[in-house]
Amino acid sequence: MAEEIKKMKVTIDNITVEVPQGTTILQAARMIGGDVVPPAMCYYTKLQGSGGKCRTCLVEVSKGSEADPRPMPKLVASCRTGVMDGMEVKNITSPKVLDARNGVVEFLLLNHPLDCPICDQAGECHLQDLGYEHGKEATRYEFKRRTFEKHDLGPYIQLHMTRCILCYRCVYTADQVSNKRVHGILSRGDHAEIATYIEKSLDNDFIGNVIDVCPVGALTDKTFRFKNRVWFTKPVNAHRECKCCSGKVTLWQRGEEVLRVTARKDQWGEVEDWICNECRFEKKKVSDWVIEGPTHVSRHSVISQGHYEKLNRPTETFSKVHDGRKPKLLMDIHSVSEVNDPSIDLSAINGPATGKVFEQSKKQA
Amino acid sequence: MARKLLLEKAHVEGIRHFDVYRREGGYASVEKALKMDPASIVEEVKKSGLRGRGGAGFATGLKWSFLAKPEGVPRYLVCNADESEPGTFKDRFLMEFIPHLLIEGLIVSSFALGSNSTYIYIRGEYAWIVGILEQAIAEAKQNGFLGKNILGAGFDLEIYVQRGAGAYICGEETALIESLEGKRGNPRIKPPFPAIKGLWDCPTVVNNVETLAAVVPIINMGGEEYAKIGVGRSTGTKLISACGNINKPGVYEMDMTISVEEFIYSDEYCGGIANGKKLKACIPGGSSVPILPANLLLKTAKGETRYMNYESLSDGGFASGSMMGSGGFIVLDEDQCVVRHTLTLARFYRHESCGQCSPCREGTGWMEKILQKIENGKGVSSDIDLLWDIQRKIEGNTICPLGDAAAWPVAAAIRHFRDEFEWHVNNPSLCLTQNYGLAHYADELSVVA
Repeated sequence: MAEEIKKMKVTIDNITVEVPQGTTILQAARMIGGDVVPPAMCYYTKLQGSGGKCRTCLVEVSKGSEADPRPMPKLVASCRTGVMDGMEVKNITSPKVLDARNGVVEFLLLNHPLDCPICDQAGECHLQDLGYEHGKEATRYEFKRRTFEKHDLGPYIQLHMTRCILCYRCVYTADQVSNKRVHGILSRGDHAEIATYIEKSLDNDFIGNVIDVCPVGALTDKTFRFKNRVWFTKPVNAHRECKCCSGKVTLWQRGEEVLRVTARKDQWGEVEDWICNECRFEKKKVSDWVIEGPTHVSRHSVISQGHYEKLNRPTETFSKVHDGRKPKLLMDIHSVSEVNDPSIDLSAINGPATGKVFEQSKKQA
Repeated sequence: MARKLLLEKAHVEGIRHFDVYRREGGYASVEKALKMDPASIVEEVKKSGLRGRGGAGFATGLKWSFLAKPEGVPRYLVCNADESEPGTFKDRFLMEFIPHLLIEGLIVSSFALGSNSTYIYIRGEYAWIVGILEQAIAEAKQNGFLGKNILGAGFDLEIYVQRGAGAYICGEETALIESLEGKRGNPRIKPPFPAIKGLWDCPTVVNNVETLAAVVPIINMGGEEYAKIGVGRSTGTKLISACGNINKPGVYEMDMTISVEEFIYSDEYCGGIANGKKLKACIPGGSSVPILPANLLLKTAKGETRYMNYESLSDGGFASGSMMGSGGFIVLDEDQCVVRHTLTLARFYRHESCGQCSPCREGTGWMEKILQKIENGKGVSSDIDLLWDIQRKIEGNTICPLGDAAAWPVAAAIRHFRDEFEWHVNNPSLCLTQNYGLAHYADELSVVA
């Protein structure tokens, strides 16, 4: 008989959940979902040993466990701290955590070039999301941002070291997914960089996955470089028979053209199945693939603005929902608004429409 | 009291060699320990109240008792000789002049912990000491104190010396283990602690050179006897490496009962401030502990005399106290500029940060740049508050204590010498040509004859 897995009760932001032994605080929070999930920039469920580095997932443990109720003295990295029975964790309910996270985001953006307008990752960048949710509106850094010597990583992968947040995910990916790692971290401190020691190209069969795991635009797809903005492309689930990988991918299309192929990602932005370089870089025709349908994109993502997914329109009519009552027009906005007169053709106005334009048109009328 | 346990024989001619060391009573503790039960040696160390001499001051016996002992898995003892803290050079003296004491301590400790291969991870810059240690190991081996079946007690031990490559971060125990394994010296994320999963995923104890050397007198005289030396929870003797603006810089051994004032001004130790200057400030425990201004150094905030021991130096917390740390005693006289001094330390920590976790990687560089700006007379008063905010966001949020070590000196400098920072901001032309001088609260001090 299989040994029974011990269940542990953990309370995160006053929400209690039962999780199996060995679960980390972050995973437990993800089981709850919603706002209590700490952001994670370096942790990757599928990569052993990842996490603990970016410090964005810091949480406060206000009660260690049922057996030892002492609070932990420092904030802990939730991605690498296992839960204990009876543990109480504060994430968004702790001002200390929010303050520390705010600091971490500032540190991460300190030397970041903020070249989002020309970055291929923009729109699906975790650092953008993090900055939006937890960052400050302005930086207090007034010195020259750090730059690096350029390294060429071969025909497929483009490295922008200035954008890197040193999460080490690509290093772990190369270690655990591909059979040989040729890149790594050189130097230390604030001049540490991802590079190959002697100029080498990354040409392993599975090395393309480093692009998918990169939370920022440091490692991007050279075959997609400057081709399009992510939010103008249409993500479509597709598969093909592949000798070396599962062949399950997301195609990013613009019209009939396949601009980019990536692995499918779950709601935490983590790859579901690693894919090989052939699928990723070589198969750029629709005829190579069996299309399954549009990929689900979170409503909060900028990519969803294209409304590629079919909306589930309510089948019931308004009056039925209202128990037969007709919707009541409360106020005709056009009668009070100066700028919303439907009789004016906005396209006929020279320049931006202002209240003056409308007043003038009223007078003319 | 100047009681010497470790450096008592350090100046005997030829003490580096086995014959002389043995004639002076060396290796007696090995003979004694090998007849004892390993568990009772750990018990003796516990009784002695010995605290880690590397900086954190954790109880050594307790640390040893945490060591996991699973069946069929080797255990390791690693000696941390990666002494890179600015201002600390006590281990270098000990290893250079009396290397057999460390070897002796290692044999006893290895026997107590059940380690059959023990490593000395030595700082890369201590290149010449590697030869001294290796010679000592070879001599000990020739005389049957190392190798197979030591003194017929059935205990095997090999000691290996491994040189680091010049990284301060490798003095952090998990980074040291990573480096020893041949990897990049990045600190590991704890837990698991080395006592459970250390070197090559086996239970490991990492101890400082001085800690392991102190095991020798503990075994020789017994734990209880050792605990009688010193005061309170600061038992035994401590090596202090004094440097800075003093008349007699050097390594001093003392039991922890003398006052800071006596340590600085008595001729037995530092011999007073050099060139007849006045004491301005002091870092009592190596560069990473908070700096203290003269008035708080000699007396605690309560007005009691401050002594050279763990409790007294940390009296008042970080608000008005400091730490014993690794015993690197750096004295600053009235001519020294605290801003410049803090900048030097910030530059060091920026250079030595491993770059693994973001607060330390980015924050240390940022602090250095702001300090550079203030020192160059280009600072504005909001920079001081910014510095304070940065250090606050680094401290406690990093993987290893290097983040704290980088934040504390900056925090303490601003806490105690804010007026000097403000003077730099308000007098941009003056701060490039002259120093602020004595802090206004450094009162006339009585000098111990």
